[in-house]
Amino acid sequence: MGDSGDVGRLVIPGDSLGEIGERRAGHGVLRRNGELIVTRLGHLQEKAGELSVHPVHTTYTPRPGDLIVGYVEGMRSNIWFIDIGGPFNAILPMSLAAGKVDFGATREYMNVGSAVLCRVQEVDENHGAVVTMKGMGLRKLNSGFVDRVPPHLLSRVVGVEGRMLKSIKEASDCRMVVGQNGRIWIEGDASGTRLARAALSVIRESGHRPDLESRVSGILEA
Amino acid sequence: MGGYGDVQMLNEDGTRMDGRRPDELRKIEIEVGVVPVADGSARVKWGSNIAIAAVYGPMEAHPRKISRQDRCVLDVRYNMAPFSVTDRIRPGFNRRSREISKVTANALESVVQLELYPRSKIRVEIEIMCAEAGTRCVGLTAASVALADAGIPMTDMVVSVASGKVNGVVILDLNKEEDNYGDADLPMGILPNTGELVFLQMDGDLSPEDFQKAWDYNMGAASEIHEIMVAALAARYGGDD
Repeated sequence: MGDSGDVGRLVIPGDSLGEIGERRAGHGVLRRNGELIVTRLGHLQEKAGELSVHPVHTTYTPRPGDLIVGYVEGMRSNIWFIDIGGPFNAILPMSLAAGKVDFGATREYMNVGSAVLCRVQEVDENHGAVVTMKGMGLRKLNSGFVDRVPPHLLSRVVGVEGRMLKSIKEASDCRMVVGQNGRIWIEGDASGTRLARAALSVIRESGHRPDLESRVSGILEA
Repeated sequence: MGGYGDVQMLNEDGTRMDGRRPDELRKIEIEVGVVPVADGSARVKWGSNIAIAAVYGPMEAHPRKISRQDRCVLDVRYNMAPFSVTDRIRPGFNRRSREISKVTANALESVVQLELYPRSKIRVEIEIMCAEAGTRCVGLTAASVALADAGIPMTDMVVSVASGKVNGVVILDLNKEEDNYGDADLPMGILPNTGELVFLQMDGDLSPEDFQKAWDYNMGAASEIHEIMVAALAARYGGDD
């Protein structure tokens, strides 16, 4: 195992990729007893001597600068706790809210369950993230619908040079914002929202298939 | 166990009551992705056993006191549905389900790379829909496939299978009658790629020779079950395409 013929093959945790040799262990691959061992379910990739796994399922890991859709999970007098869809909640300090918020009035501004379009400002070594609403277009989401697509399929939602997203937007006549955490905000009339959600549902189900584009266009043109 | 030694459960030709050879598994079917809202899920049909495992997370650990600064916490819950057995089981946790939840968590902790998600939690829910002996093995196998489906980093899969002893003969994968009226039961959790052991319990008595034979049966069956797990994951995610 482990030659270039294996690239693209589905690998399972625990699979051996053979002796390390000149190769390096990338994402989802581990060195153990002189061998490369797969640690995640996904498709094998090789790039410049580095073997890695393109996983079939991932959790969102926040990175500074990511545009995300979060939900308010709780608050104190000067801070909100935001569910960003990852292993850890983020904090949104009162000072980074979109407008002026008085100390103790966080609940009046955004209550538990509010959806918010925000950006990751920083992530510390403990995976603690701070998000901000200071920036163009960042706001509390008062209308529309938030749908979910696994983060590893976001590149399929956007498509090559944004073509897939553009075609969904045009066919459904909806405004859409794709959060890096896999949450997608859709705003439009009921039939348009339904169409956009149907397209996202196809991506969720068939995102790993090569004929995804034709499946989505089939939904959009129906 | 051990109190019904006079019940004859082997045919004269050495086969068992359900027609299996002593070293033959029941029919196993695995389906991946059966709970759409979960991050990963699997249904295992093993003889008449049916187990569904669903995995959620990694997520923020609640309540906070269970979180660990250096690693993730596996929150495993094994539960039998009230209708899973002929006598209705009272819903909710009991002593047996707590024990199985704990040993399942211990077995899975040895393969999941917990250190990658400090302060967080992975929720593993195992629901037994139909029970016919060996549900802890079925539950652990289902949980292992569900964890892989959820994309949780693991150093290996966990395969669980039991052997036992009936009428003085060591047999693989006991059914309900053999489990109830047999002499011993040896469930094991095995890492199929390395042959390491992550879970072992024993009920009843086995001589060293019988133990060795039961061990060999389990080890042999582990690779067979692993192939079924791999085929199930490949069927879901398109294999080589």
